[in-house]
Amino acid sequence: MSSPMDPAGGAAAPANPGAGGRYYKRFDRIDRVMHASLMITFIGCAITGIPPLFSDHGWAAGLARALGGYAGAALIHRICAAVMIVVFVSHVARVFLVAARRTGLMAILWGPNSMTPQPQDIVDIWRHVLWFVGKGERPKFDRYTYWEKFDYWAVFWGMFIIGGSGLILWFPAQFAAFLPGWIFNIATVVHGEEALLAVGFIFTIHFFNGHLRPEKFPMDLVIFTGRIPEHELKDERPMEYERLLKAGGLAAAETTPPSRPAMYFGWIVGGTAVVVGTLTVVVIVYSVIT
Amino acid sequence: MIRATLRATALALMLGLAAAAGAKETGRKAADPNEKCLDCHAEAEPGDKSAAGKPVKVEPESFLKSMHGQAKVACVECHADEGVRKYPHKSPQPAQCSSCHETAVKDYAATAHGMARKGGNGVAATCSNCHGTHDIKPAADEASLVNRAHIESTCAACHGSEALVKQGKMPGGNVAALYHDSIHGRLLRSEGKAKDRVPVCTDCHGSHDMRPKKDPESAVSRANIPDTCGTCHAKVKKVWAGGQHGKMRASHVMTAPGCTDCHGAHTISDPKAPQWQVAVIRECGGCHTDYIKTYRDTYHGQVTDLGFTVVATCASCHGAHDMLPKSNPLSKVSDERILSTCQACHPKANANFVKFQPHANKHSKESGLILYYTTKFMQILLAGVFAFFGLHTVLWLYRGLAEVRRRRGEVNQEKH
Repeated sequence: MSSPMDPAGGAAAPANPGAGGRYYKRFDRIDRVMHASLMITFIGCAITGIPPLFSDHGWAAGLARALGGYAGAALIHRICAAVMIVVFVSHVARVFLVAARRTGLMAILWGPNSMTPQPQDIVDIWRHVLWFVGKGERPKFDRYTYWEKFDYWAVFWGMFIIGGSGLILWFPAQFAAFLPGWIFNIATVVHGEEALLAVGFIFTIHFFNGHLRPEKFPMDLVIFTGRIPEHELKDERPMEYERLLKAGGLAAAETTPPSRPAMYFGWIVGGTAVVVGTLTVVVIVYSVIT
Repeated sequence: MIRATLRATALALMLGLAAAAGAKETGRKAADPNEKCLDCHAEAEPGDKSAAGKPVKVEPESFLKSMHGQAKVACVECHADEGVRKYPHKSPQPAQCSSCHETAVKDYAATAHGMARKGGNGVAATCSNCHGTHDIKPAADEASLVNRAHIESTCAACHGSEALVKQGKMPGGNVAALYHDSIHGRLLRSEGKAKDRVPVCTDCHGSHDMRPKKDPESAVSRANIPDTCGTCHAKVKKVWAGGQHGKMRASHVMTAPGCTDCHGAHTISDPKAPQWQVAVIRECGGCHTDYIKTYRDTYHGQVTDLGFTVVATCASCHGAHDMLPKSNPLSKVSDERILSTCQACHPKANANFVKFQPHANKHSKESGLILYYTTKFMQILLAGVFAFFGLHTVLWLYRGLAEVRRRRGEVNQEKH
């Protein structure tokens, strides 16, 4: 076994992780179901919500008609939004439940298994960018990298901003009971702009960071299978690997190879999401330019 | 008309008598003044042409059934020039109508057709283009080309022919096709009561008083359109006259829209048609340019832009013909009436609800500082995130590709 400090060690590992090798557990079943639900409902909201934002383009009217017209698209949008809110609330509840039962509150608020941004993340950003331009070693990431944390908190921010404004626009009379009507103007601006940010970010930056970058291309199946191959863990998250090695948790984290259904789901549903998302971005960029 | 008919009858009788007298002398039965002409022209083949390229065939039965045939008008009364009297005819001129139909011909000269023809436009219609030639029937006769039943096809013979429209540089293009698909054209073909009341071409344009649009006397001039449409749509005209557009017209602001500015002329749609209700928003926006921009920033404006009619259009809030400025208490959007206007769609709307700004300009501080700065904040947020991660992504792509190449190189070296 090559040292986790040796970058060539990971590179020499077989390109196809399916051909033997150890696997470690990264996401459990509930994490994966939640990601899949979030992914499907996000795309549902995106493709039904984008036509109004580009209403002056011919494709927008065509897309809206294809999605069932005004009534159909609005229904899909609201069903997806409601499911997304449920998924989000369940996730937050689960984090605290797990904390209460197993890890304790501190473990989710700080440390390598916490999503909280920490000083090390700032250092990592700086070193990562230096590595991009050929200066220095690649930073040794732990379980959650800074860009993963950004994605995670972006969902939180987005849920409040888009979800909150969306609810205001969904139930205007109820909100007008205690808010002035110009809140609908604010909600319209915020909902649309934040939606563009979310769609633009997920369908370009998240796709690139998670799947499309040369080291991962065309797709990282870890979020669908929940399992990370040993060479990837050593190569990309050496701090986590070493930490588990020292603490003796590596054996406990070891798991079976990915199941075929999970891989198929990843390839087909995840692949479709990447294609739909990329197409959406191409159309948006084209429309913004013209 | 009666005078003309009497004169024609008298002339015909005189000529008939003369012919009869001649017949007596020669001992032949010839009561018909046109017999001499028909001797040749009835015998001709339908395709036969004169030296000038004109058809020479005359169907005696068709002529006899025509108005002129019934009145026993002689051929030479219309084909009156000297050249026709002798045989072979020397360069005969076109048939003339003015000796009997003096007023009609005079009126025709001031019509769009008459003026175009005077101006050298050889395609512009003359009497025969609309009325026919040897088969002219009274307008009341259903077989007449100018009977209500045939007006559309008679006008369309020229105004529905792409080639003639182009050749004659006719204003409006193929207006016959547009009319055919308009609500008027469609009702004309329907089986309902409306088919006998909807306007055909001449109801709006007139016939012998059909002046060009730019002529102030024209029934379809900008100033006269409301009266012309109001002939049938009297109620709507009254409502329009009380609205801001009508009031502006009354004070001679001619840029204010009349009927056709919003509804179109030959393209008039059913105002209840959802597609039209959505399309007409662009007509409003054609003048109210700032308001359509801010409207398109709202959900109302976006959904209608996509072609769906469920949400508010301009008319939903402002009224269709009775729109008035917000400052007028009678306006649907005045402080006094706005709540009931919103409640038409949002029954639960309250005083808070109507503080919504349907035409807020998010880029102007005048529409509220919170909206303005929220918009600015969102723009900076988007620009910031995309700038940082855009650069991050580009650099990573560059490094990632370099890494992949390097590793591939290492693997190859190991193999050798």
